[in-house]
Amino acid sequence: MKTTILAGALLAFAAATSVHAQAIKLADVAELSGGGATVGTNWKNGIDLAIEEINAKGGVLGRKLEVTHADSQSNPGVARAQVQKALDAEPYVLLGPGYSGSVKVTAPLAAEAGIAQIMGGEAAELTQAGNKFLFRTSFGQQSSMPKVAKYIHDEMKAKTVAVVWVNNDFGRGGRDMVSKELERLGSKVVADLSTEAGQADFAADVGKIKAANPDAVFVYLNEEESARILKELKRQGVTAPLMGETTLIGQKVIELAGDAANGARGHVGLTTDAPVDLVKQFREKFSKKYNYVPDHNGLKGYLAVYMVKATTEKMGKVDPKKFADTLHGLTIKAADEPGILMDVTFSDTGDIDRQSFLVEVVEGKQVVKQVLPKVK
Amino acid sequence: MSNLFDLLVAGLATGAIYALVAVGFTLLWQTSQTINFAQGEFVMLPAFLMLAAMHAGAPFWLAIILGILLSMILLGLGFKMLLVDPMMRHGVLPLAIATMALAIGIKEAVKQFFSAEASPFPSIVPTGDVSILGHAVSLQSIGVLVVAILAVVGLTTLLNRTSLGHQMQAAAQNPTVARIIGVPVERMILLTFLINAFLVALASLLITPIYLAKFSSGEVLGQAAFIAAIVGGFNQVRGAIAGGLLIGVLDNLAAAYVSTQYRAAVPMIFLIAVILFRPQGLLGRAEERTV
Repeated sequence: MKTTILAGALLAFAAATSVHAQAIKLADVAELSGGGATVGTNWKNGIDLAIEEINAKGGVLGRKLEVTHADSQSNPGVARAQVQKALDAEPYVLLGPGYSGSVKVTAPLAAEAGIAQIMGGEAAELTQAGNKFLFRTSFGQQSSMPKVAKYIHDEMKAKTVAVVWVNNDFGRGGRDMVSKELERLGSKVVADLSTEAGQADFAADVGKIKAANPDAVFVYLNEEESARILKELKRQGVTAPLMGETTLIGQKVIELAGDAANGARGHVGLTTDAPVDLVKQFREKFSKKYNYVPDHNGLKGYLAVYMVKATTEKMGKVDPKKFADTLHGLTIKAADEPGILMDVTFSDTGDIDRQSFLVEVVEGKQVVKQVLPKVK
Repeated sequence: MSNLFDLLVAGLATGAIYALVAVGFTLLWQTSQTINFAQGEFVMLPAFLMLAAMHAGAPFWLAIILGILLSMILLGLGFKMLLVDPMMRHGVLPLAIATMALAIGIKEAVKQFFSAEASPFPSIVPTGDVSILGHAVSLQSIGVLVVAILAVVGLTTLLNRTSLGHQMQAAAQNPTVARIIGVPVERMILLTFLINAFLVALASLLITPIYLAKFSSGEVLGQAAFIAAIVGGFNQVRGAIAGGLLIGVLDNLAAAYVSTQYRAAVPMIFLIAVILFRPQGLLGRAEERTV
C-alpha cells in the first residue's frame, strides 16, 4: 500500500515537472510601485495580455509561455537585486525594467548571464555601451530627439526654448540630445531647468520659465511630474507652446492633468491612438481586460512578448544562447506576426526602427497630427 | 522682480498648508506629548477617503464633508484611543516610534487598497487668474491662502477668546492643576486630536489638487511640517504658523535661486541653524507649554 502511494506521488511529481519543463519561462522586473508605478503596471499588464493571447493559441512552438513579475520599486538598487534573483532562475528572456536608470545597472548582469533583455528604457546611452544582449521596445533618444528638435525649430518656429528635464539618466540623456540638436538647428536654449524625480512642487521652476519668456517649452519629465508641471504652467498662465515626448502627453498624464494637458504636443514612438488597425485592436483588448486605456508602456510590454515569439519562431527552437544573435538585424512584419502591430527592424545595437507619430492633446484626447515614416 | 513676487505668492500658499499641518503637530505635542511622525500620512489619507466617497457616487461637496468627518473619526478619535492611549503609558519615545509604524501602515494600506499610482483630485478653487498690483496671481494660490488663514484665525480665536480654549490651554500647561479646578482634561485632549484631524483633512483638500493623490505624498509634507514646527517653536501655535510660511517661501526661493537639486537641503540647513542658535524656535519660549 505504502509503495503504491509512493509510486503515485512520484508519478504526480514527474508529471508536474514535465509540464513545468515544457513551459517557456520569462522573467519580468518592472516598476510596480514607487514613482514609476504607472510605467511598470502598464508594462506588466501588456505582458500578461500578450502571454494570455499566445497561450490561448497554443503557445510558441507548441510550448506555453510563463512569466514571473518582480517589483523594482522604481529603485535601481532594488531592480538590480530583483534582476539577479530572476537570472538565477535561468529564464529564457528577461523583460524590463522600464526605467533607464534601472536598465543601466541591470544590463551588465543579463549580459554576463548571456540572457537577452528586452526593456522599456529610452536613454540614449543604454544601447551605446556595446551590450550584445539588450533590446529596446521603443525609440532610444538618439532616434527621437532629432525629430523633436526639428519639429520645435521648423514647425513651432521657436528661436528660444526652455528645456525642463528630470535629473536622472533618462532626463539627462534626453536633455543632452535635444539641446545639442536645437543649438545645431539654430534655436537657443534660454532656460535649462533640472528637476528632481518625484518632485511635487513646480512653482519655482515654472516661475523661471516665465521669467525666461521662451518661444517654446520642451518638457522631459516622468508622467506624474509632467502632470504636475502642466497644472502649474496653466496656473501661472504660461502660454508658450509645449513640446515633449511620450511622457508629456500619455494617457495617465492627461487623466492627472485634466484641462492643463490640452494643447501639449509630443513626438510619440508608440501610442494607442495610432491610426493603425492592429494598434486599435490591441487597445480594445487591453481596455476590455483591465478597464482602462493603456499608455505606450502597455504597448511596450505587449510587444516585448511578441518579440520573443517572433524571434523564437524564426530560430525554430527555444535557444536562449542564440536568441540575441537572431534578433539583431531581424525585421518583423506585422503581416506575418500581427502581435508586433507595426513593421519593425532591430539594429545590431538593439535599437529599433519603426514609424512614429506627432501627437497633440485636444480636449483631453491624443490626436495624431502627423505620421513620421520608418527610416529604412 | 515679477519672478520674485510669483515665488513669494506660491511659497506663501504652500507655506500656509505646511502651517496647518504644523499647527496640528504642535497641538498634539502640547496636550499629550505625542510627536506624530505620521502627520504627513494624515494629510495624504483624507484625500483618498474623499476619492473613495466620490467613487461610491457622492458629489464632491458631500465627499469633502464625509472625508473630513471620517478623518476626524479615524485620525482623531481612532488614533487617540487605539494608538496614543495604550502607548502613552510607555513614554514619549515608544509612542513616537509607534507613530512611525503607523505612517508605514497607512502608506502601505493606501497602496494596497487604492493604488500605487497617482490619482487626479478636483480643486475646490477654479483655475484662473486675478491681477494684484499688476501681477497675475492664480485663484488657486489665493484660495489656498484664504482657507488656511481662516482656519488659523478660527483656531486662535477658539484658543484665546473662548472658555473652551482657555480650558484647553490649562489642560496643556498643567494638567494636574487643571483637573483640580474642574477642567475635563481628557475631553480637552480628545478635542485637540479632533482639531488636528480637521486641520490635516483641510490641508489634504488644499494640497492634493496640486500634488496629486498618491500614497507617498505624505513624506514630503510630514517632513516640511515637522521642520516648520521646530523652526517656529514647538510649543507655540503662532510659531508653527510662522514656521510653515517661512519654510514654504524658503523652499521656493531655494528652488529658484540655489538649485532644484538642493532645495530640500536649504530648509534642513536652516533647521540646524535654528537648533544651534535658538533651540526653542524663532517664536517659542523655553520651558513653557501653551496652545
